[in-house]
Amino acid sequence: MSTQILIVAEHDGKTLNLSTAKCVTCARGLAEAQVTVAVFAASAAAVAEQAAKLTGVNRVLTIENPANEHALAAVLAPQVAALAAPFGLLLGPSTTFGKDLMARVAGLLDAPQLSDISAIESATRFRRPIFAGNAILTVDTTGVAKLVGTVRTASFEAAGAGGPAPIEKAAVEVALPTHTRFVSVSAAKNDRPDLQTAARVISGGRALGSADGFKILYSLADKLKAAVGASRAAVDAGYAPNEMQVGQTGKIIAPELYVAIGISGAIQHLTGIKDARTIVAINKDGEAPIFEVADIGLVGDLFQVVPEIERLIS
Amino acid sequence: MKRILVGIKRVVDYNVRIRVKPDNTGVVTDGVKMSVNPFDEIALEEALRIKERGGAEEVVVATVGPAECQQQLRTALAMGADRALHVVADGIVEPLVAARALLKLVEREQPLLVLLGKQAIDDDNGQTGQMLAAMWNRPQATYASKLEVTDTTARVTREVDAGLETLDIDLPAVVTTDLRLNEPRYVKLPDIMKAKKKPLDTLSLAELGVEPRQQLKLVRFEAPPQRQKGIRVKDAAELVEALKKKGLL
Ligand SMILES: Cc1cc2nc3c(=O)[nH]c(=O)nc-3n(C[C@H](O)[C@H](O)[C@H](O)COP(=O)(O)OP(=O)(O)OC[C@H]3O[C@@H](n4cnc5c(N)ncnc54)[C@H](O)[C@@H]3O)c2cc1C
Repeated sequence: MSTQILIVAEHDGKTLNLSTAKCVTCARGLAEAQVTVAVFAASAAAVAEQAAKLTGVNRVLTIENPANEHALAAVLAPQVAALAAPFGLLLGPSTTFGKDLMARVAGLLDAPQLSDISAIESATRFRRPIFAGNAILTVDTTGVAKLVGTVRTASFEAAGAGGPAPIEKAAVEVALPTHTRFVSVSAAKNDRPDLQTAARVISGGRALGSADGFKILYSLADKLKAAVGASRAAVDAGYAPNEMQVGQTGKIIAPELYVAIGISGAIQHLTGIKDARTIVAINKDGEAPIFEVADIGLVGDLFQVVPEIERLIS
Repeated sequence: MKRILVGIKRVVDYNVRIRVKPDNTGVVTDGVKMSVNPFDEIALEEALRIKERGGAEEVVVATVGPAECQQQLRTALAMGADRALHVVADGIVEPLVAARALLKLVEREQPLLVLLGKQAIDDDNGQTGQMLAAMWNRPQATYASKLEVTDTTARVTREVDAGLETLDIDLPAVVTTDLRLNEPRYVKLPDIMKAKKKPLDTLSLAELGVEPRQQLKLVRFEAPPQRQKGIRVKDAAELVEALKKKGLL
């Protein structure tokens, strides 16, 4: 397998997502890695510049096309595939962007994919969690000429500042499909830190009882400069929007501090917080499974405890 | 005929506590409850609802796997699928092989929509739908939480990291399901009886011309590292003190 690695950058047109810097760190785990970051965008300059400044990046390619304004897997995949020839490993982050795109790239290239790479042991040995993180699998890729992967971002530190690496324009001559059209994206903007990269996260579960109930969490989070997350039950019930869900089917996060409030600690939820440095649990049921993983546990009624914590730290 | 093809995978039930085998060659599956992958159940439910609304005439379920998978196909028939296709494959079925096999079924069945789960909860790969869409050269809409189908297009709301994204796609297409798309119905006893009479066809990978390649060697399964047992505090004041001591406040 060639040690040339291509990383597909995740960005919003202006800012490079931190997930890309994590992919760079993952890629650097391979001996003699030569790392190229590809920026697909309508206009790529700003994002390319940020990518070029990451330590460990050897080169940045920009692929500009009005069709690349929104990251549509069906539109991006043939372009990634067209660039793939020299690379032994093609990586994207294990975010909804990367998961959606990279497997389509793998399908086009007829190349096998490793999802959620959590460690690189050697050029042909990788580790990844399976069964919602209840087992860690070591996979050997000997004999695979071209491998596609998604990087479990919670397992890697973001690459720091370095470089700058050279930025080159790449011309990609492929027909792009029109069968997939972007309509809209709804993202509730708030001033809180981003859930996926926040150092502190406060999450609420079904026990919050309503969207209104979540207000005591937002208030505490703002005091702590924390992001707010939620369990699936809370999202399903409409107390919190889907982008706040933490867990196997939500976000996998690794904050310094995770506070689970009125969350029972189902396996699928715990999958999302395994790498949190310190877990705090507040639950009125002393037998709740969340206490098995909590570093600090408090048995009590959240509606009484949470406002009191806020008062004590104010 | 307007047809929907739904992928079904047999997996360890989501309520089972997973244990790694002492010799690290896999996870314990002996005597363990097996079920339809929850995301596939949601895919099937959606297909049935589309059919019930008149948007499709037939729902076909398909699986690629060993003989035991027929149990899950029977469950799917009991839920309401019209017929089932079992592509027999022993050993590990990598996503590329599953996608190739599904592509062959797509060529035979000519569905207007293929609905798959966004991932299987055993290997957590999350690849097959996208790979199938790539090989088929058709649109994909992954992580669907809302699906509106017309004759030639679909509008899909997707759960993405930023929030909700809406796409329009031409049909035929592949849609993979997220948890909030619907709540699958319960199977009733009479339906289980009826399902026994519904057609279930068996095919082999060889018949479909699909090579059962395994390119990734599963070397070792390990239990994840356990977290250290923590402390209990009795009230908010003690909690704040404990956090301060750890330098977290
Ligand atoms: C395929 C699949 C994927 C899934 N993915 C996810 C996922 O990504 N993320 C996720 O979170 N879940 C996921 N789930 C769901 C998961 O199994 C649980 O159902 C869910 O996490 C439960 O949420 P909860 O802890 O908020 O609710 P509950 O389990 O109902 O827990 C509520 C808790 O609040 C406590 N409580 C009640 N009142 C109070 C009070 N006044 N003060 C303090 N404590 C109180 C209770 O003691 C209880 O422990 C998934 C399930 C499946 C099948």
